[in-house]
Amino acid sequence: MTEQRELPELGFVALSRYAWRQLTSMRTALILLMLMGVAAIPGSLIPQRPINPMAVRDFFSSNPELARWYDRASLFEVYASPWFSAIYILLFISLIGCVLPRTVEHYKAMLAKPPATPKNLARLAHYQDFDSSPLALERAGIWFTKNRFRVRVEENSLSAEKGYLRETGNLLFHLSLILVLVGVSFGSLFGMNGYAIVNVGERFINVPTTYDSLSFGKLKTDNSLQPFQINVDKFDAKYDPRTSAPLDYTAWVTVVYEGKTSKKVVKVNKPLTFGSTRVYLQANGYSPVVTVRDNSKNVVLQGPVPLLPQDGNLRSIGAIKVPDADPSIGFVVSFVPTNARTTSQGAISIYPELLDPKLLFSIWQGDLGLDSGVPTSVYKIDTEKLTQIGLGSVKPGDTFNYSSGSITLETVIPWVNLQVVQDPGKSYALIGAILAIAGLLTSLYGRRRRIWIRVTDSGVEVAGLAKNSAPGLEVEVNKFVSFVKGGQ
Amino acid sequence: MQTTWAYISNYCVYSAMAVFALSFIAHAFETAFAVRTPESSVSTEGNLLVKTLDYKRTEKTARIATALMILGFLLLLAGVIARGISAEHVPWGNMYEFSITGALAFTGAYLIALRKYDLRWLGLFISISALLTLGTAITLLYRDSAPLVPALQSTWLVIHVIAAIISGGVFLLANVVAGAYLYLERVEERGARPAWLQRVPSLEVLDQLSYRLVAFVFPLWTFSVIAGAIWAESAWGRYWGWDPKETWAFITWVAYAAYLHARVTVGWRGRRAAWLCIFAGSTFLFNYVYVNVWGTGKHTYSGL
Ligand code: HEM
Repeated sequence: MTEQRELPELGFVALSRYAWRQLTSMRTALILLMLMGVAAIPGSLIPQRPINPMAVRDFFSSNPELARWYDRASLFEVYASPWFSAIYILLFISLIGCVLPRTVEHYKAMLAKPPATPKNLARLAHYQDFDSSPLALERAGIWFTKNRFRVRVEENSLSAEKGYLRETGNLLFHLSLILVLVGVSFGSLFGMNGYAIVNVGERFINVPTTYDSLSFGKLKTDNSLQPFQINVDKFDAKYDPRTSAPLDYTAWVTVVYEGKTSKKVVKVNKPLTFGSTRVYLQANGYSPVVTVRDNSKNVVLQGPVPLLPQDGNLRSIGAIKVPDADPSIGFVVSFVPTNARTTSQGAISIYPELLDPKLLFSIWQGDLGLDSGVPTSVYKIDTEKLTQIGLGSVKPGDTFNYSSGSITLETVIPWVNLQVVQDPGKSYALIGAILAIAGLLTSLYGRRRRIWIRVTDSGVEVAGLAKNSAPGLEVEVNKFVSFVKGGQ
Repeated sequence: MQTTWAYISNYCVYSAMAVFALSFIAHAFETAFAVRTPESSVSTEGNLLVKTLDYKRTEKTARIATALMILGFLLLLAGVIARGISAEHVPWGNMYEFSITGALAFTGAYLIALRKYDLRWLGLFISISALLTLGTAITLLYRDSAPLVPALQSTWLVIHVIAAIISGGVFLLANVVAGAYLYLERVEERGARPAWLQRVPSLEVLDQLSYRLVAFVFPLWTFSVIAGAIWAESAWGRYWGWDPKETWAFITWVAYAAYLHARVTVGWRGRRAAWLCIFAGSTFLFNYVYVNVWGTGKHTYSGL
């Protein structure tokens, strides 16, 4: 005989089985869990593209070399990065791999009877013995039934167990985590998210072209959007006169959905719901309504021009592009709802409501670059190839004349930014979360314990065992004993 | 009327600070007395020398210290409620309000735990922590009470924040207990405990206690994160967005889940468990301090 043992042949099957066992081990799961926590950290310290694209751009301009390295490691998109995904997919598999077999095992254990009464009770905790009483086993049986223990009846002993709910809760908790993960992934793969600026009085139709920005989940192939229309009838913003802090935003809308027209109110915490799509009121600002005329008094542009707010008092900037004027005209504008002039900063706004609105602009002439095919922002004008022909400001009702025409500020209307989100996975995530808490509570407060009683010639023996050294068994055993002895 | 309530609130908070300071002094005296506890009797048991210590003096001071703690808690409770009345919303719209409510939860958790465990020795630490938190709040973080911005006007905010603050208070208490465990373990390694530490519960009790506290509030913390997600869904259009605050709430959750696993399934006890507990608690503190003050993101409201 040789001492050499044959090494198991590491074929593909064996290797995969080995890998599977490693992956689904408790230790691996714990490590993966910790790793996920650690991996989440950089995303909270480094600016993230999906959350704060501006900060990422700033980072690139101030630290170009570092930024390139960060970008290579997906550090600007941590939560969508390959390595973050790898961790949570592995955790997911590990969780399934360890929880499903345990569920089956637990199910079998629940159907089985408690294990037989151990031979030597005296060695166990909570051991007591007392003189025999004739009805001890019957009374014990009654007590166990009343307290919902599961009982194994043996010749001269009873073995009772209670608290399977603990493991049930534990499994429910872990299974629910899987459901949460499924919901989250489902939502991000099959959902959509878009923003649209809508002037008060105008209508939003849910088709891709009406959006200012729109993104779809990776697997959402049919780009069909829920068919609905929203007409923004009125918008009201209330502010705290002391601090200019917003107090309340309300939009009154008329909704057309599934052939029905109805009036609705949208607030910051009260979105509209169309099936799995919800519409949120996310921001607001002002659109000056302007009329631009050429030198022969022909209207070359008329309508509201949404501007982008820059601060809490809604000082806003933007552009008015008039390609139809000849030559083309562009206005680089700034708007203040409540005008105040400082020597250092120029025009500033001191309150977000339209108390003393003023539109300030510089006028540029030349090729606006709208026909070049390169997409340009509607809020910006590239003035490099343009010549400035004037500088002015108007209040509502005023007209400003310049060399090749005039601009009139008719009135100012508010706009609202609607965020449209479709997330088909969120109800699964919510159900998973609720079940997880239910499972957690059952598991953390559940106590699994066994109590045995045996009648021998010399008397009655009782012992108990608490799993996870759960407290309180002592008291329970005492109650049990006093009942068996004939008490209540 | 509103300003009157704000003044009342401030007076209550100042008085609570004064009372916590007195409680701290009383606890300090208690500890000092305990250092030189007189022996009431010395007897021999077999060949062991058994000393019985006379705790009459410390006992009296301890009672006073605890009574002051309760008084401070009640004053602070009144301060928080008055603040809520003055702002016409639940008193957690900014960091000042979070801090005073957090101090309330922390001292409250201590007083509740005190009913079951003899934790009076912790009072020295609890009173000074409450005092420092309130001091920081009132000097650095104070803001006039103001209405909530629209995104914060939600029932889920109330639920979310109550759950988060209570969890935070208990997590920090668990940290203090774990810290005490580590300290006492070192003391015991060098020999028997000195007199002033003899009435502190045994290492096993401390170990169990910090675990119990965590196990007790972990579901509440989970619930708080979920309530926050529900609120975010209705306010921001997504229930989870990896905003720094959300990320750190998640990290805290993961850290405590790891702690519970380590204890329940791997069987960690004592020193390692205590360190893990302290680590998890620090992620909570980090979230509160760093993300609120220096972080960016949707949870950082203007003016703290
Ligand atoms: C992947 C394999 C996993 C296994 C085999 C596993 C197994 C277990 C076991 C045996 C317990 C103790 C139950 C008891 O008290 O008897 C437990 C508790 C716990 N697990 Fe896991 N777990 C896994 C993954 C996870 C993950 C990914 C999380 C969450 C991020 C998690 C969170 C918890 C929590 C919070 C507890 C304590 C509450 C309780 O006792 O139920 N587990 N787990």
